[in-house]
Formats: sequence, C-alpha cells, structure tokens
Amino acid sequence: MTTELTPLWEVFIRPRNGLHHRHVGSLHAADSALALQSARDVYTRRGEGNSIWVVRSSDIAASDPSFAEPNFEPADDKIYRHPSFYEIPDEVGHM
Amino acid sequence: MSAEATAVRAIVEIADDCLILGHRLSEWCGHAPILEEELALANMGLDLLGQARALYAYAGELEGKGRSEDDLAFLRREREYRNCLLVERENRDFAHTMLRQLYFAAFMQPMWQAIAASSSDETLRGIAAKANKEMAYHLRHSGEWVIRMGDGTTESAARMADAVTELHRYTGELFMASAARAQAITDGLLPDPETIRATWDDTIATVFHAAKLVLPEVRVPQKGGRDGIHGEDMGHLLAELQFMQRAYPGQTW
Repeated sequence: MTTELTPLWEVFIRPRNGLHHRHVGSLHAADSALALQSARDVYTRRGEGNSIWVVRSSDIAASDPSFAEPNFEPADDKIYRHPSFYEIPDEVGHM
Repeated sequence: MSAEATAVRAIVEIADDCLILGHRLSEWCGHAPILEEELALANMGLDLLGQARALYAYAGELEGKGRSEDDLAFLRREREYRNCLLVERENRDFAHTMLRQLYFAAFMQPMWQAIAASSSDETLRGIAAKANKEMAYHLRHSGEWVIRMGDGTTESAARMADAVTELHRYTGELFMASAARAQAITDGLLPDPETIRATWDDTIATVFHAAKLVLPEVRVPQKGGRDGIHGEDMGHLLAELQFMQRAYPGQTW
C-alpha cells in the first residue's frame, strides 16, 4: 500500500478516567475509522487505556527545532516563575 | 449417544469453528500487508483461540473421559473435526480473509449474544458474554475493510468480488443444525442458528451496500464440515496445527 493512500496518524491514549490523553506513537491508515481501529490493535493490547484519539500527522503544526533556543532558553533563568517561593502552611499538607 | 456426549459434540462444533479460523488468522503472522494489520489479525486469531480453549476445556470436563483442551485441539483425526467449511477456507488474499471474517463474525457475534442471554448452562453463558465483545470488534473491523476494498481501487474491488464469488456458497452451512445441535437446541443449551439468520442477512446487506458489492445467487451451497467431511485444505491445515503435538507428544512451553 502506498503512503498516499494510507497517510500517517498520531495516536493519543488516555490511560484512565481523569487523566489526559498522551501521545503514544503513530501509524498508517486510510481514514480516521481505520486509524482508530489500528490504534486499538497496535497500542492498547495490554490494557493501556480506555479512550483513543487519532489526528493526521500533517494536521499538527510543530515548532521549528532550529528556533528552539529563542523559543525556550529565555525561560531557563526565570526561576521566579516556579511556584516554589511560598510558605505552605502545615495544615495544607502535600500540594 | 448419551445426553452428555451430545452436548459435548455440540460444544465442540463451535470450538472447532473458533480454533480453525483462529489458526487461519495465525497463518498471516509475518505476512500481513501492513504492520497495523499484522497485529489486528493476530489479535483476532488469539481471541478465537481463547474462545476455543474455553469451550474445549469445558467439553472435556463434561465428557468426563479425561481429555484435555490440548487433546481435543491437537489429537483428533480430520474426520473428527466438526467445523463448518467456511472457516477452513484458505486465506488466499486479504480480501478473502476479511470477507471470511465478516461472514463468520456477523454470525458468531449475535450467536454468542444469544448464548449469553439464553443458554441453560452457566459456564457457556460466561464464555459467551466475553466472546460476544471480542466478536463485536471482529465484525466492525472486517466490515470496515470489506467496505473499503469493495468501494476502493479497481484492483481491490475486483479481489473483493472474487472473494464473494468464492466464499458466499459456504455461508449456508452456518445456519444448519447437526443432530447434536438439534438436541442442544431442544435442551435449551444452545440457540437455533436459524434465529440468527435475519440479523446476519441485515448485516451483510448493509455492508455490501456500502461496499458496492452484489449478493451472489448461490446455486450449490457447500456443506459437510459438521459431519467431518472437509475440503482438501483441511489436511494441510491440520498437518501444521498438529505437528508439534504429534512429533513431541505432551510437549508444553
């Protein structure tokens, strides 16, 4: 089968109710119905989840890897953005 | 035949359908057209093998002669297998394989559902409840593929039409009840396959309509499997299926 007939899909699985869908991999399929079935067969064989999303890989807009430094490095030295400078009252316990 | 022997025979008929079709699907291992289907075919084969195991184990227990699931699966002669002819048909191509799966799942899913709802036997109801969910997936998966191949490229449509011509004549046997099955129906152990026919007809008509396939007229329906009269392919299938237990009796892993 040619890849034009079976484009690439990204697969997202939600492991349990209350958790969010997580990217687990990709596969080739002709359309969304078959992509969901293949995702079920390829990625949930061992009880990995209870919900599946698939999305055409070509529909994902990705950040440019060559622009990673301007994108992400400016955040590295701004530690005050982490909420780690608060006194937590004992009564609150673990947060 | 005693009542137990009749019940055992009727259960083994279903187990043989599951074992032989499961084995056919396992033959795709390493040969599937794409990785995604490699796993799908193996998954479905394993579902069927699991159903066969549960039924053989229970049949052996009912029989009370100490035959294990392995004895029943691996150590009978060809004429003692009671599967319908449809499930032993060769894989040929992906179109044949998926159509065979559709024909069987469209029958077996409602059959398991009926067994789960109405069998007088608690163990069978339990096996059926689990198997019903498995076959519901087989039905959806094979149906989607038959639609896409039937209404696909020139080549896929031609292959799908060939598969219909070849396999449709084997579907009538699904609805025939052997003497053992007739007794099991009377006893309330298993439903009459005839009660599944309307559902099966509906399912196949819906899929064929979407797949732009034409239901063929069957002039000579094929049957014989329930009497142990199999096609030539069955011997080759059993040679591979039984080889390990014949060559190394009692072998486990």
